[in-house]
Amino acid sequence: MRGYKLRKRIDTIASLLAIGCVLAALVPLVSILWEVVSNGVAVLSWDFLTNRTATGIGNAILGSLQLVMYASFMGLPVGILTGIYISEFGSNKVGSTVRFFNDVMANFPSIVVGLLVYAAIVAYLNVGFSIVAGSAALAIIMIPIVASTTEESLKMVPNSLREGALALGVPRWKTVMKVVLSNGRSGVITGALLAIARSAGETAPLILTALFSTFWTTSLTEPTAALPTLIFNYAMGNSQLTVDEAMRQAWGAALVLIILVLSLNVSVRLLSVRRFKKRGKEAKTWRAKLSLRS
Amino acid sequence: MESKVVTQELSAYFGDVHAVKGVDISVPRNAITAIIGPSGCGKSTLIRCMNRMHEVVKGSRVEGKVFLDGEDIYAPGSDAVEVRRKVGMVFQKPNPFPTMSIYDNVVAGLRLNGERDWKKLDETVERSLKLAALWDEVKGQLDASGVSISGGQQQRLCIARALAVQPEVLLLDEPCSALDPIATAKIEDLLFDLKDKYTIIIVTHNMQQAARISDYTAFMYMGELIEFGVTKELFEMPKKELTEKYITGRFG
Repeated sequence: MRGYKLRKRIDTIASLLAIGCVLAALVPLVSILWEVVSNGVAVLSWDFLTNRTATGIGNAILGSLQLVMYASFMGLPVGILTGIYISEFGSNKVGSTVRFFNDVMANFPSIVVGLLVYAAIVAYLNVGFSIVAGSAALAIIMIPIVASTTEESLKMVPNSLREGALALGVPRWKTVMKVVLSNGRSGVITGALLAIARSAGETAPLILTALFSTFWTTSLTEPTAALPTLIFNYAMGNSQLTVDEAMRQAWGAALVLIILVLSLNVSVRLLSVRRFKKRGKEAKTWRAKLSLRS
Repeated sequence: MESKVVTQELSAYFGDVHAVKGVDISVPRNAITAIIGPSGCGKSTLIRCMNRMHEVVKGSRVEGKVFLDGEDIYAPGSDAVEVRRKVGMVFQKPNPFPTMSIYDNVVAGLRLNGERDWKKLDETVERSLKLAALWDEVKGQLDASGVSISGGQQQRLCIARALAVQPEVLLLDEPCSALDPIATAKIEDLLFDLKDKYTIIIVTHNMQQAARISDYTAFMYMGELIEFGVTKELFEMPKKELTEKYITGRFG
């Protein structure tokens, strides 16, 4: 029993240290949220959200939504299929090579992605600064995130389910698409939402691809405003507004952006909580009992 | 006796591990054949060679021949998917598909292969669940998840799922090892009823179970088939010393 007091004391110290670290980590998070909300909330108004640049950020919100939407159309299918390939068919050289490059891509500085797209689409293909280029850059950022979360969540699907389906004479690709994917579905959706949230906040790749615009964008090959680039430009003084007005609007835009990204993250949370609660309780009710009442 | 599944010089490997060593066995039609032997003796691997599930494992390899009704299932041009439709399998741990209802679990094999005729699916569900002696217990909750029922029911659901694709042979890999005695008894009764229609091969750790339900028994040891014969004879008058030692509990 001699060691008991000592153990108890070490336990207390370790707990206090852990709590201290948590609080330290919360300080920047809370202060950022506080700053953004307190500075931004007064700016929010219907006009601010719907007018175009100078009096509002409507065109930037629309631009962000468009960029993220088109990026999702391009990036999510490629990312999800890549993840499926690595997880289900990737136990060979090709698979490990793809996995390696995917990891490399995930750690690419996003400005380099912007440069690449600038060189390829804006300059070489001569499309110019545009929604197309911007969403291509965001798509490239999404792909590795989606691919690795998809891989992770499919790896969690127990092998017994794959074997169960194969043993019924179900071909491999159908086993993957109908059994494995449906069991890892919520993980895949989570990954997709996280990738969308991440790309919505990206600034660097957009500076070189979507550039900026003070107008409503009418075509995919025109430059567009987006929330992150709007905040960047206003904060840097690249606008015709007075410095004070630009800062005020930048705070408002930051608040809108944070609300968008946070709501995506929160819905991811809710989704994964629901997954665990419902597991084993409910299933797809493809078809009720219909003709099956004994 | 007429043979349904015949293996010739069958060897199976996991990488460098030689798990099944030159097994020759002729499994009789419409009977229950039990495969017994100590853990790691290759029983499960042997039956996994009979529906080409062994090759699903990475680094595995099969040598020799397996004939199903005289046709070599490892011949070039033989389709593993086709083989598995004829030779169904039930695994050690119940593995119903959690995202599917009981109904969808039963007809998973048909639906995933493109069957869309609801009338046929309905009939299959009822017939298969009745065959698996599960119908009365789940008929009111067919749209509940496949994993919402008890372990014993889940295992019978897996049997129903295997029967729904109308196989000719049913392989069972220690189907009762995760179940309590009551659920085990239910499954044993059910297998007894099924043997008129199917050729059943069951791997079991439980010698009493083998003695109770099987017509023929094979004893395996260290990857080799030591003895194969009528269950009663094998248990009462084993021909090999090793068999006798095992069934009298002196090792294993």
